[in-house]
Parts: sequence; structure tokens; C-alpha cells
Amino acid sequence: MGISIELEINGASVSKEVEPRLLLAYFLREELGLTGTKIGCDTSQCGSCTILLDGQAVKSCTVLAVQADGGSVTTIEGLANGEYHPMQQAFWDNHGLQCGYCTPGMIISCIDLLNTNPQPSEEEIRHGLEGNLCRCTGYHNIVRAVQAAAETMNG
Amino acid sequence: MYPSKFDYHRPSSVQEAVQILSANPEAKVLAGGHSLVPVMKLRLATPTALVDIGRIEELQGIGRANGSLRIGACVTYHEIANSDVVREAAPLLAEAAGQIGDRQVRYRGTIGGNLSHADPASDLPAAALALDATLHVSGPNGSRSVGASDFFVDLMMTALQLDEILTAVEIPAAQAGSGSAYVKFEHPASGYALCGAAAVVTRTADGSCASASLCFNGVSATAVDAAAVASSLVGSDLSDAAIESAVNENLSIPDPTGDMFASAAYRQELAKTIGAQALCTARDRA
Ligand SMILES: Cc1cc2nc3c(=O)[nH]c(=O)nc-3n(C[C@H](O)[C@H](O)[C@H](O)COP(=O)(O)OP(=O)(O)OC[C@H]3O[C@@H](n4cnc5c(N)ncnc54)[C@H](O)[C@@H]3O)c2cc1C
Ligand code: FES
Ligand code: FES
Repeated sequence: MGISIELEINGASVSKEVEPRLLLAYFLREELGLTGTKIGCDTSQCGSCTILLDGQAVKSCTVLAVQADGGSVTTIEGLANGEYHPMQQAFWDNHGLQCGYCTPGMIISCIDLLNTNPQPSEEEIRHGLEGNLCRCTGYHNIVRAVQAAAETMNG
Repeated sequence: MYPSKFDYHRPSSVQEAVQILSANPEAKVLAGGHSLVPVMKLRLATPTALVDIGRIEELQGIGRANGSLRIGACVTYHEIANSDVVREAAPLLAEAAGQIGDRQVRYRGTIGGNLSHADPASDLPAAALALDATLHVSGPNGSRSVGASDFFVDLMMTALQLDEILTAVEIPAAQAGSGSAYVKFEHPASGYALCGAAAVVTRTADGSCASASLCFNGVSATAVDAAAVASSLVGSDLSDAAIESAVNENLSIPDPTGDMFASAAYRQELAKTIGAQALCTARDRA
């Protein structure tokens, strides 16, 4: 039995009929072609599928598309607005990525972190990103990127 | 990964949700989905219908009236940890909720889901026990209240019937002169508690212990109330030495859990250390 859902995705309204068991991550990637959002573990651990749902960072592999009905979703594709979002720019400037697989989810979590805590300490940044795993960078440059973005976004 | 097929219901009232559950014994409640969806993806659970209670108005909201705090079952950890009302009336609960999982999990997981799921390593059951919470439940025959000490029955088993919904958690507001702490020793990979200790102490005007409670997550099939430790502290001066000897002499965990992460003996020792830390911190805050 299909269920009609209507969402705002990166500012555009989208309505589709979906199976109740369809996960939001697969809805975004396979139904809408928004493959920027990655699926890493598919077991709620790694955070690479993180998107903003109604302004909050959530793991889209652990949310059913039907649960997001009526909501507003921002994915990595929705951040740049003619120019990079300050967090994207800060990742670029500080070499906050290597293979890039964790990056879309990481950037979304970093934005959520600054939304809730605009001037985080280094420890708060490390702790605040515990839901996102990166197998490449060792996190140091990600922390630097968040610090740099905090400066631009508050300045 | 896909869960197996199910029908999806999104009732707008508790009554409607209970009706759907009563009509279908294979249906399950969906709240934040952060335990249920992962186990459905692994096909460890294959309910034929989900009843999404996440948008039911009656299950939302945090309120304080007549000396007690009421938290709707679908209130998230994020809301609890950041609520000034909860921080003031039940700081222990706010502290425990703020230590669950990661930021993404805290936006989705709910107090009702955490308590109903009753995972032995969940962070909220010990806090509910230590705070003497009352759990409000609705079913086909109306509503009832269950004390936290009667709610957790066994491993992932609660006093809830299949067609009952936990609707709200009520907690007596913290008294003057009381302090609390939740100390969690977490597994570094999963973030779940190998042992979590929830402590509350109340001091009299001269600083001695008027009342205490100490409860644990992660060390047994259900949350454990170390009532013998708490009662042995009453009347003491709550010095480090008094707390240590109360814990060392009176803490015994029934059927302590031993698994690939930590043996039963290790967990029992850990409970002493973490329990004493929680009591000392609670004392300092009283
Ligand atoms: C990566 C990750 C890390 C986590 N880390 C922790 C942690 O450190 N500590 C911790 O405590 N938890 C942790 N969790 C689990 C998380 O807290 C879950 O949110 C919680 O266990 C279940 O709450 P929920 O609202 O998501 O419920 P759901 O997953 O929707 O439901 C869980 C169960 O409870 C039932 N249920 C839910 N609400 C009700 C209700 N109101 N009435 C009756 N039955 C109900 C459902 O039918 C289901 O059986 C983690 C989860 C993930 C994915
Ligand atoms: S893919 Fe969702 S958390 Fe890893
Ligand atoms: S850059 Fe490769 S996983 Fe983070």
C-alpha cells in the first residue's frame, strides 16, 4: 500500500507515493536522485546519511520517509547558494576531507552543532560530532574547519 | 537495508492508536524509531503494522503543576536535556538524556520509547527509578498508572500490555537541599552504558543525609535499585568515606550481566566505583 507524502526538499516541494518501509535516505537517493547524502553503515552508527529535518540533524537511514511527511529537508545539495555555504568553504580551506565519503553528513552535523552552540570549544566540537565517523582525516582538520566556520558565521 | 513490509498508521489520538493496536496483535508502536527501525532493518522485528504515535498532541509537552513534572511520552531527549523546567525540577533526567547516543539520536529518541524498550543498557530507566517516577499508561480499558519500580519486569520487558501505550511520565519535583548525578561509563564504540549510575541525595540543615537513592543501568537484565546502599546512607555525614563504605558493604547486583564487553565480576566492581562517584557528585550538588 503506497502512502502519499509531501515534503519540502532543499526549498522545493515534492510529493510522491512511497512504500511505508522506504527509508528517508533511500527516498532521497533513489527516488529523488539526491545522491550527495551517503549511506555508509546503514545501521545508524556512522552519520554519513545525516540530513537536516526541520532544522535538526538526523540519520536519514533511521527515519522512514513517511515519518518525514510534511517536513522540510536540507541535504548537502541544498547548502550552496551561488557560493559555498561557509561550512563547505571551511572544509575546503582546511582540508577537512580526504575521500569525502563522510563529508556530506559531517558538514550537516557541523552546521547543526554551530546552530546549537555558535562558539564551541575544541572539546565541544569533538564531542558534538560523536555521531559522525570519518575513517580518513583523523578529525583534526574537521575540527579546524568548524572553528574557521564559527568565525566566519559569527563574524 | 529494508524492513519487511508493514502497514503504516498515523493516528491523531491515543484512543485511536489503542484501537488499532487492539485490533492487530502484530502491530507495534513507533515513536522516535531509533531502536525499532534498526531492529526492523535487521529483520529482528517484523511487525505487520506500525502505529506512528510521533505526532499525537497529547503525547507532547513538558509541564509542571502541583509539585510534579509531567513529560509526554513523545518528548525527545534533546527537548528534555535542554528544557529549563526539567533542569530545575528533575536535573537528573536532563543529565541522563543529554548523555544518550549522539546529537542525531537525541533529536529523535523519546522518553516513552526509551522506557518502553527497556534495553538493559538504556540510560533513562535508572533515572526513572531513582526519581520515583510514575508512568501513565492508556489501553483499551482506560488509563492506569504504574510506579517505575513495577514497570521494568525483565530483559526488554515492561508492565505494558501489547495494546497499551505509555502516555506520560510524572516525576515529583526536586526538593530543596537535594542533589543528583548521572554517571555513565560507556562502551567506547557503541556509546551505550556498560554501567550507568543515577544518584539522588537530600541533606538536612546540618548536612547529614536525609534520604538517598542509587540506581543502575547496564549491569543486569533490568535497571537495579540499590536500596540497601541508599538506606545505609541515611543519617550519615555523606563524607567520601561514608559513601565508599556504604557502597562497598551494601551493593549487590542481582544476576550481574557478563558479556563479550565486560564480565559479571568486572561490572559489579564498576558499579561500586561509578555508584560512589554518582553519590559524591550528587552530594556536592545538594
Ligand atoms: C546510534 C544509536 C545510539 C544509541 N545510544 C543510546 C544510548 O547511549 N543510551 C540509550 O539509552 N539509548 C541509546 N539508543 C537508543 C535510543 O535511545 C532509542 O531512541 C530508544 O531506545 C527508543 O526510543 P524511540 O523513541 O526511538 O522508540 P522506538 O524505537 O520508536 O520504539 C522502541 C520500542 O518501544 C515501543 N514504544 C515506543 N514508544 C512507546 C510508547 N509511548 N508506549 C508503548 N510502547 C512504546 C515500540 O513499540 C518499540 O518496541 C541509541 C540508538 C542509536 C540508533
Ligand atoms: S548510514 Fe545512516 S548512520 Fe551510517
Ligand atoms: S574523508 Fe574519508 S571518511 Fe571522512
